[in-house]
Amino acid sequence: MTKSDGMTENNGMTTDDRSIRDLVLVGHGMVGQRFLEAWTEQPAARGWRVTVLAEEPRPAYDRVHLSALFDGRTAEDLSLCPPGFLAEHGIDLRLGDPVTAIDRAGRTVTTRSGTEVRYDVLVLATGSVPFVPPVPGKDAAGCHVYRTIEDLDAIRADAEAAGTGVVVGGGLLGLEAAGALKAGGLATHVVEFAPRLMAVQVDDGGGAVLRRKIEDLGVTVHTSAGASGVVTGPDGRVTALALSDGRELPADLVVFSAGVRARDQLARDCGLPVGERGGIVVDAHCRTEDPDILAIGECAQAADGRVYGLVAPGYQMAETAARTLAGPAGEGFTGADTSTKLKLLGVDVASFGDPHGTAEGALDVLYSDSRSGVYRKLVIGPDGALLGGVLVGDTEAYGTLRPLAAAGKPLTVAPEQLVLPAGFASAGPVALPDDAVLCSCHNVTQGAVRAAVRDQGCDSVAAVKKCTRAGTGCGSCLKQLATVVTEELEAAGVSTSKGLCEHFTHTRAELYEIVRVTGITAFTELLDRHGSGEGCEICKPTVASILASLGNGHILDGEQGALQDSNDHFLANLQRNGSYSVVPRVPGGEITPEGLIAIGEIARDHGLYTKITGGQRIDLFGATVDQLPVIWSKLVNAGFESGHAYGKALRTVKSCVGETWCRYGVQDSTALAIELELRYRGLRSPHKLKSAVSGCARECAEAQSKDFGIIATSAGWNLYVGGNGGMTPRHADLLAADLDRETLIRTIDRYLMFYIRTADRLERTSVWLERLEGGLDHLRAVVLDDSLGIAAELDELMARHITGYQDEWAETLADPGRMRRFASFVNAPGTPDPAVTFVPERGQIRPARPGESGQTLTAPVLVAGARLEVLTP
Amino acid sequence: MTVQIHDGTRWHAVCTLDDLQPGRGVAVLLSDDEQIALFRDRSDALYAVDNRDPFSGAQVLSRGLLGSRGDRPTLASPMYKQVFDLTDGRCLDEDTAPDGAPAVLRRWPVRLAPSGGAA
Repeated sequence: MTKSDGMTENNGMTTDDRSIRDLVLVGHGMVGQRFLEAWTEQPAARGWRVTVLAEEPRPAYDRVHLSALFDGRTAEDLSLCPPGFLAEHGIDLRLGDPVTAIDRAGRTVTTRSGTEVRYDVLVLATGSVPFVPPVPGKDAAGCHVYRTIEDLDAIRADAEAAGTGVVVGGGLLGLEAAGALKAGGLATHVVEFAPRLMAVQVDDGGGAVLRRKIEDLGVTVHTSAGASGVVTGPDGRVTALALSDGRELPADLVVFSAGVRARDQLARDCGLPVGERGGIVVDAHCRTEDPDILAIGECAQAADGRVYGLVAPGYQMAETAARTLAGPAGEGFTGADTSTKLKLLGVDVASFGDPHGTAEGALDVLYSDSRSGVYRKLVIGPDGALLGGVLVGDTEAYGTLRPLAAAGKPLTVAPEQLVLPAGFASAGPVALPDDAVLCSCHNVTQGAVRAAVRDQGCDSVAAVKKCTRAGTGCGSCLKQLATVVTEELEAAGVSTSKGLCEHFTHTRAELYEIVRVTGITAFTELLDRHGSGEGCEICKPTVASILASLGNGHILDGEQGALQDSNDHFLANLQRNGSYSVVPRVPGGEITPEGLIAIGEIARDHGLYTKITGGQRIDLFGATVDQLPVIWSKLVNAGFESGHAYGKALRTVKSCVGETWCRYGVQDSTALAIELELRYRGLRSPHKLKSAVSGCARECAEAQSKDFGIIATSAGWNLYVGGNGGMTPRHADLLAADLDRETLIRTIDRYLMFYIRTADRLERTSVWLERLEGGLDHLRAVVLDDSLGIAAELDELMARHITGYQDEWAETLADPGRMRRFASFVNAPGTPDPAVTFVPERGQIRPARPGESGQTLTAPVLVAGARLEVLTP
Repeated sequence: MTVQIHDGTRWHAVCTLDDLQPGRGVAVLLSDDEQIALFRDRSDALYAVDNRDPFSGAQVLSRGLLGSRGDRPTLASPMYKQVFDLTDGRCLDEDTAPDGAPAVLRRWPVRLAPSGGAA
């Protein structure tokens, strides 16, 4: 559907070509955007011109994940409006110009700028506004609400100068806001009027577990207390929040997040009926009393008399409205599942069905473990059907339980099996009926998913997502979705190999176990006994890494030498022109002036390009394979050893100077970093490993972006795991706090060995941890409490690694067999590679570009005065 | 035993079989602008192809890994990991190189001859 610009401009009072009808959408929030997507999919949408009048200055974005802006994500990351979407469908989106009045008789709306826009059909998706309790001082400087990106920007700006923040409201949004304040570095309080947190979703028991977990994170919770007034200083800024129980909480910043109210003023002003407690009254087809005006999302009171404040029901209303407009009224919207699963302040919380057991004859089955902070309650009906439940601390079962509750059929297993921890539950997987709704965001049943696989040729989760939209909303059903897709594919006889490559049907973790248990040390034996074919660039380096992790001698010896990727094969890093770079180990980033001079002299003598790395060491570029042994013999003589920059192995342990020098340091971070780097150097793993040690909470070493990071506290060391920089950054999770040195090292030993044992090929710890069943709690149980009974084994493997460590480069130089590979040409060993050439740039060398005439580097390079010139003798 | 490569005009003795590690390659310099990647697989079959990787333009294929895809013997480039069929030199992952040329490696005749025999 394309239209000329002129026609769009004509959308005003003057009638133009009346064969085109005008649909005007008021509001471009999450529900508004979902409506546009659903509408443009309707064949009936042809012949309609769509104009969107929006108040906010940017297109629809993901409000649910607003706090992600505190974790470094940008407003663009949250955008829900795909680039090109509006243009493709000829939608005229006018930002920052909200509708101020509706003229039902004249069928026009007027915007703040005074523009009148004609409509044939009007869809209201104005959302809601935060409810601010009418307390004195509520508008003082430093008081905020939490709904838009602009709100969050304002909070962030204020937070910079603030020390303490108070959130009024301990519901879902309140805890989101508290998470944002905490991420902004504020001492955070939550004030909740009800006797427990998240009063709507969880019960007293779940609320208590949730509260304990949140308080453990350093957020102070005050329940059964309301805000009675905002206390301000002489400058009019907030200084404290007065509570209904008479106390005053000192505060530099207050966020009101005590619920929302439907934005129904436009409807009220033009005489459309609204509900008793707000919300534009609509029928099951989302029509208001005026058949040409529809209302969807949080601004509407649905046919069941409820105003839904969740996005999933809003999406369903958006889809209903699109169907209503498209033609013979289809399936209506008569109420929605308000089940929720979310992570608040890092705590998993889920509630589904009837969590409070309000139905007659409902009974509870309960499991509560305050030690590990897990709470599970199921509500069972008199007929044995699952009615609902509350999960706190571990929401793994949500994907199965929610559809079971929605199906409303008697359970086929004893309900206690569903709440017990994995080790105690003996029941197999629970079978869901096909009419169970798997994805509640898009209302997709398990049957529809099965049909997509069976009848529509979808052969992967990605294909099913594309075809059914299941799993594309909140994503909480993805795990269950994957299970169903795999089941259905297997039923159809499609093999869904999780194997490494065509030569092995095993995962990396399975191959690791095979190698460990059988003691096989040769790739060909492994291939012939457990695989097929000749191997490839995927399985060969993987097996090489497993063999190295299990301590099988020098990586270049015997058959192992033939398995290594080019980098490991030459113990150096391949660069774009075929030359290599060299990185000597500089443990903890600490280096003597003599060391610096030695590296400098070697680089100068060989004409290498030098650059400081992000891991606090020095990278020397431009070496050809035949130069590597000469360069390394000099480095080894100067006391350096391999830095393993070429390997899937421990790279560096970065550090700050710590308490020795720094005014703020509380522990000797440099000494610990050196100790750890020397302990784990050479450890081969599924992917590279990076670490850092910070001497205080200021975190100058950026430990939270590392696979394992350590931050000093006055009482010991905090250990963070699973952090990552790079393409998909992830903040590390706190595994254990205030550890003494010995416990810290033992814990890291086990963590690393457990990762090496169970991770997939090229799976960083961040991804592994996300995938690990039971997550951080499970990891904690394995490495701290030895829940799997493998700790001694992991300790032993690490001990073997440490005692078996030898510098790969020193060992290589000492062995003529290993040295043979470092020849430029098998038939002309002394000849430098004529294809590797360089040109000078900024006083150093760089690879010559195609078409550029450069020179080969043959040592020594002569230095002439201040101007560096690369000369061949 | 000597490994010999034919450059279109004559056979060149380039190394002995013992110089080659099964599963890996070496580089051979024919002239300043002609480099060959020479491989030995674990059944002692020999392959000689261009050393130049068409995707990066670098002379690095001798440092790639041998393997198989289905029943075809393959070579994976160490640079961006494209896989080539050693029987016909074709790239199995992409048809054309970034410069628009077909991603096919020239194959060179290679044979094993008793030591000393370059004819």
